[in-house]
Amino acid sequence: MSRTPPAPEAAGPAGAFRPAPGWCAPEVAQELPGLRLLAAEAQVRRGGSLTGDSPPDIRERLRELSNRMRGATAVAVRRQPVPAAYRVFFRHIGLDPDAVRTPMEAAVLERMLRGGFLSGGLLADVLLVALLDTGVPVWALDAESVEGWLGIRPSGERERLGRSREAPELPGGRLVVADGSAPLAVLFGGLAPGHEPVANTRRLTLFAVQVAGVPELYAEEALWNCRAALELP
Amino acid sequence: MSPSEQLTIDRGAPVIAGVAVGTEAGERGARRSLRAQVARLERELCAIVADGFPHIGAGSPAWASTGPSLLGLEQLEQLRDQLAGRVQDMRRRAQERAEHELRAQELLERMKLEPGRYKFVRLPVTELGQRGCGVWEVRPRFGLIGMLAGWWELKLSSGCPLARGSRASATPATAPARGMPAAR
Repeated sequence: MSRTPPAPEAAGPAGAFRPAPGWCAPEVAQELPGLRLLAAEAQVRRGGSLTGDSPPDIRERLRELSNRMRGATAVAVRRQPVPAAYRVFFRHIGLDPDAVRTPMEAAVLERMLRGGFLSGGLLADVLLVALLDTGVPVWALDAESVEGWLGIRPSGERERLGRSREAPELPGGRLVVADGSAPLAVLFGGLAPGHEPVANTRRLTLFAVQVAGVPELYAEEALWNCRAALELP
Repeated sequence: MSPSEQLTIDRGAPVIAGVAVGTEAGERGARRSLRAQVARLERELCAIVADGFPHIGAGSPAWASTGPSLLGLEQLEQLRDQLAGRVQDMRRRAQERAEHELRAQELLERMKLEPGRYKFVRLPVTELGQRGCGVWEVRPRFGLIGMLAGWWELKLSSGCPLARGSRASATPATAPARGMPAAR
């Protein structure tokens, strides 16, 4: 499996944020062109816990987004270019988006059921705001538990999800987000136990999954949004 | 999907659209083509559901999801066929709905022209494919007088009820009656 060394995350000439592109197993890249993983590190400079209450600016943003997303939007969202690209991609990897909702549709459905985007803690809120702003889902891992660069590959037979003792076994061929030595998340699924950020995690590895039809700018912006929101002192 | 849009894959005679295959590259091309068809079908499905809301739902999932994985040729074919079936079913429902709305529109036109023939007939605007709670209704002008005199007119009700109910029912029962002091 080739793991192309990614370009380091750096500021460009104009100080632009450039997330690091992750690697993709050759068979995955060949079958699913356009699939990319982008990663960025974030230092949490906000005070308080990652799972605790969000600061007022983020709660206000959630309120604004709740007002913007109404019933009509919930139905129309599947026709918007970025969410539609994720729906198509879900089909391509064997997920039915009407059964396993795409991240954007799941968020909008929750908004409809609960009457608003309810705060789920600082990190969850930051990731949700980025998703709603760009349509691109972002996940966060505890950076201390990540070894090497992240990428996408199929799981091996009897491989485990994560490195912890309670790591569940994965069926062979499952698409996963992995670092240099182990799968850390199922693609568009749950994170490996023991690798999720906890309340006092201060260094995060953020990653976004970009699929065919989604402009790179959107994925970069989703990561930038999260990093900027977390790094605000 | 029309037959011309479909990719014919016959494993016995490994030929795809006139190109001899049997190689890995050929199968890869077939999978790519199937994925393109799935994408087109998915977009069409979304368009029908979004345009037909709330009368046409997304329906039940066609594919038993097992988890994200790279699909083989056979799985992609099954997926394409299931989606094509679903799109066909959705198109039929959309067509039925369009015909229903057309009939409702014609009825409304007739109600406008000859209200006397459609006494007390009610036609919700949703039947016409419009949003809202309005109802077209043929009613007598001036109530009983109009009914006796045969003066019928078509009226559109004023729309959705308020979320809090009418002003009278929204007023709490604790509101003081006229002339009574307010409770403290």
